[in-house]
Amino acid sequence: MTLLDGAPRVVAVGAQMFSDALAAQAVEVTQVDWRPPLGDSGTEVHLARVLADPRHGPANAEAVDRMLTAGAELVDVRPASEALGLGRGEFLHAGPPIGWDRASGPLRGALVGAMLLEGLAGTAEESEAALAKGDGVSLDPCHHHRTVGPMAGVVSPSMWMFELRDPVHGGSAWCSLNEGLGKVLRYGAYGPEVVERLRWMSAVLGPLLQTAVRSHGTVDVKAIAAQMLQMGDEGHNRNRAGTLMFLREILPDLIGSGAPTADVAEAARFIGSNDHFFLNLGMPACKLAGDAARDVPGSSLVVAMARNGTDFGIQVSGTGDQWFTGPADTPEGLFLGAFGPEDANPDIGDSAITETGGIGGFAMAAAPAIVKFVGGEVADAIEATRLMYEITLAENPVYQVPVLGFRGTPTGIDATLVTRTGILPHINTGMAGKVAGTGQVGAGLVNPPAEIFPAAVAALAELAPPLGLEP
Amino acid sequence: MTDTVEVRRGIYHDSVTLMQVSRDVAAVEGVTAAQVAMGTELNLELMRGDGFQLPPGTGPNDLVLAVRAVDDDGLGRALAALEQALTASSAGGGGSFGDEPPPHTVGSATRRAGGADLAVVSVPGPHSFTEAMDALSAGLSVLVFSDNVSVEAEVRLKDEAARRGLLVMGPDCGTAVVGGVGLGFANAVRPGPVGLVAASGTGAQQLMCMLDTREVGVSHCLGVGGRDLSSAVGGRSTRAALALLDDDPSTELVVLVSKPPDATVAADITAYARTLRTPVLLALLGEGQDDLTTVAQRAVEAVGVEWREPWSWDEQPPPPPGGSLRGLFAGGTLCDESMVIAAAALGEVRSNIALRPEWSLGPDLRSAGHTMLDLGDDRLTQGRAHPMIDQRSRLDRIAVEAADRSCSVLLLDVVLGHAAHPDPAAELAPALAAARATAAADGRALAVVVSLCAAVDDPQSPRGQADQLHAAGAAVFLSNAAAARHAVSLVTGGSR
Repeated sequence: MTLLDGAPRVVAVGAQMFSDALAAQAVEVTQVDWRPPLGDSGTEVHLARVLADPRHGPANAEAVDRMLTAGAELVDVRPASEALGLGRGEFLHAGPPIGWDRASGPLRGALVGAMLLEGLAGTAEESEAALAKGDGVSLDPCHHHRTVGPMAGVVSPSMWMFELRDPVHGGSAWCSLNEGLGKVLRYGAYGPEVVERLRWMSAVLGPLLQTAVRSHGTVDVKAIAAQMLQMGDEGHNRNRAGTLMFLREILPDLIGSGAPTADVAEAARFIGSNDHFFLNLGMPACKLAGDAARDVPGSSLVVAMARNGTDFGIQVSGTGDQWFTGPADTPEGLFLGAFGPEDANPDIGDSAITETGGIGGFAMAAAPAIVKFVGGEVADAIEATRLMYEITLAENPVYQVPVLGFRGTPTGIDATLVTRTGILPHINTGMAGKVAGTGQVGAGLVNPPAEIFPAAVAALAELAPPLGLEP
Repeated sequence: MTDTVEVRRGIYHDSVTLMQVSRDVAAVEGVTAAQVAMGTELNLELMRGDGFQLPPGTGPNDLVLAVRAVDDDGLGRALAALEQALTASSAGGGGSFGDEPPPHTVGSATRRAGGADLAVVSVPGPHSFTEAMDALSAGLSVLVFSDNVSVEAEVRLKDEAARRGLLVMGPDCGTAVVGGVGLGFANAVRPGPVGLVAASGTGAQQLMCMLDTREVGVSHCLGVGGRDLSSAVGGRSTRAALALLDDDPSTELVVLVSKPPDATVAADITAYARTLRTPVLLALLGEGQDDLTTVAQRAVEAVGVEWREPWSWDEQPPPPPGGSLRGLFAGGTLCDESMVIAAAALGEVRSNIALRPEWSLGPDLRSAGHTMLDLGDDRLTQGRAHPMIDQRSRLDRIAVEAADRSCSVLLLDVVLGHAAHPDPAAELAPALAAARATAAADGRALAVVVSLCAAVDDPQSPRGQADQLHAAGAAVFLSNAAAARHAVSLVTGGSR
């Protein structure tokens, strides 16, 4: 079959009149809904340079293949001091790098709570003073330690971590244990009940899970994530089925651990009643996928999206560890109790790793129960997922959407596609109160700041071989 | 204040929807109150409380629309918003899954339209490389209509196409015919044995139309872009197009149309053409070369058809000889060919695409002596449509030339076919008649000669176009070369 066999079947981009002229000749023609790219003038030159890079196509194919084939197995549960080597006064946080001076309310609140948990201060005021001075404390992004943390994402040495392995590409990833909803550390709350819960998690839940996982053997987290999408979860704002499947898997080993029955019962109750317990397993599973796709020269695949409550940052496969950041937007959505939009902090958390890995907002169509976040109709959820195929490189062979005929979820955000189409990734998220100590105020939707995608494309263009593109 | 109350029977919406509709309508400028609700006792009471007069017999199964605005304009806007809000609430609600969003990139469109094999890219030049590269990556050959593409980008695209066994037509490719389908600006020519490889859009159109006068059809016309045979591009697409046509069973003769190529490239391509099974006729444009009509004659005779001079309608009273010839062209190659013919008889012909650098017009493009303008040149089309679509620049220029005492003959091309202006003569004929009247009022004669680039099946009806132009006083020729010679003869007073 060559071009000259029969009438051509045409894709047209640009002037509508040429499509009209073809339609008048009864030719099959698909018109592209084209618009100028994001960013300042000059973006088109960067885009051309990146697409002209002979490495670009193969690099993207390689990177997204690694992302799709990455496995995710829970192999252990250990304290952060041991698993990550975190020392006294060392804290991890969500999103791109940030210091106390620019940290938002919920991140400050979570750090205060972590200081109290670690016994580094006696009061919130002492904690704040020490953090402001940087006295004996240091902050570093979770992502720089192959770790992800939801919302504030604060990890301190005594917190216990899920440890996941990618048996295909050999990566490891970590995430803390999920505390539940409402007044919890990751939403910036640090009251006595928050710290008390964290102490119980470190003293009882973590060691129990460690014993259970070690006795069970590896848990295939990716397989659970694939099933949960077929049970009404999208893996970011709804994790109910995933949580229960994980509990089902681990419960016999919890019971068989020989721990006091009351502790086992409390752990089972805690996990089963926390609809988001599985989020902290889904996130490191997606982190493994993103990390597997890193460092392919020439690739424009987004390997991380993360927010610290002030900045939204992305990392791209072909530009190493460089962050492209812009101001985090404030989510739109539904609010708990009497909270309203004025109470919400800008977007925060590493949980956008789920959208990076092809679930969460990208699998919105799989979760009709939470369509209220996207406008209220099932059709809105389906449209949200369909739109993401325009900016992704692949359809996920494992994560599937039943209502779309088991079509694979849109996976592998391409920074050039986002820049070209202006379609921003669709992120489901929780909302933290902007005042430190408040906790959760709602949940909803958010987009990244548009300018970070053309910025990433510009950086890729710098790394591409030169091509004179001025006429 | 203007009130309106409307009761619609048998229409139901839930109260949440109607509260949203009420809110949307109340937000319209000039609206002071809006209640859209089912006619339950409670709702009716609320409306009465707001001062609305409700028709008797309104009940809970009726949809009641009550709107108050400061004036009739406000009320009109409110009712429009109301209809919009109600329509929106009934569409796509409930179980509808909606439509797939439109494709936003060539790659996405290709996945949707399974089996697509050609992309037509006409986005603004600086953006075209990205779309064209995307098309090649998706496995499509591509026609790049856009101009303002660097030569390096062109080479990159053509190398990628070669690697993938695909063809890049362009950039700045205005015309192609593939499998009987006209792409870009293309005349409706019949299918037949002649395949074209063309580095010139209007040159290819003229040649196809000349073949059409003898009912010799075209298998395919593959554009390669005006720079393809330069040393930088090295004939990359020409070679690929020649190979495609050589493999095409319906092509018996290939005609390669180009401006004189780089000598090394010409030698390479000539050597390559000799290796093909299909005979290749090389048609180079420019001074000392055959004009396109003569090339068409060679092609027609090569496929065994008798040649006849193309049709013309030139019975117009000739003006006294002398004065200047002014050409106003939409087609660059048609302008070029006319200049070559005119320069041979008249000497210097000034132009924005001059044959010799010293004949270039100044930056204001004011005519001086014999002058021909390519109004479709890149530099004159920035920010506006091509004169084949939008004739305003030419209509303006016709009036300017008519007012110039030194202008005695106007020469124009009129290009018909797909994507061209649907009825150019409707605008040109009155402009030409007015131009002649201007000259007559000044005691001068102004002759008009039209080169009508048209195939008999073109959607604009060539015969009707010719009639209109002729009625406006123009001599009309299907052959551009013949039109140019006639125009020259009017200036010199010699026989043509």
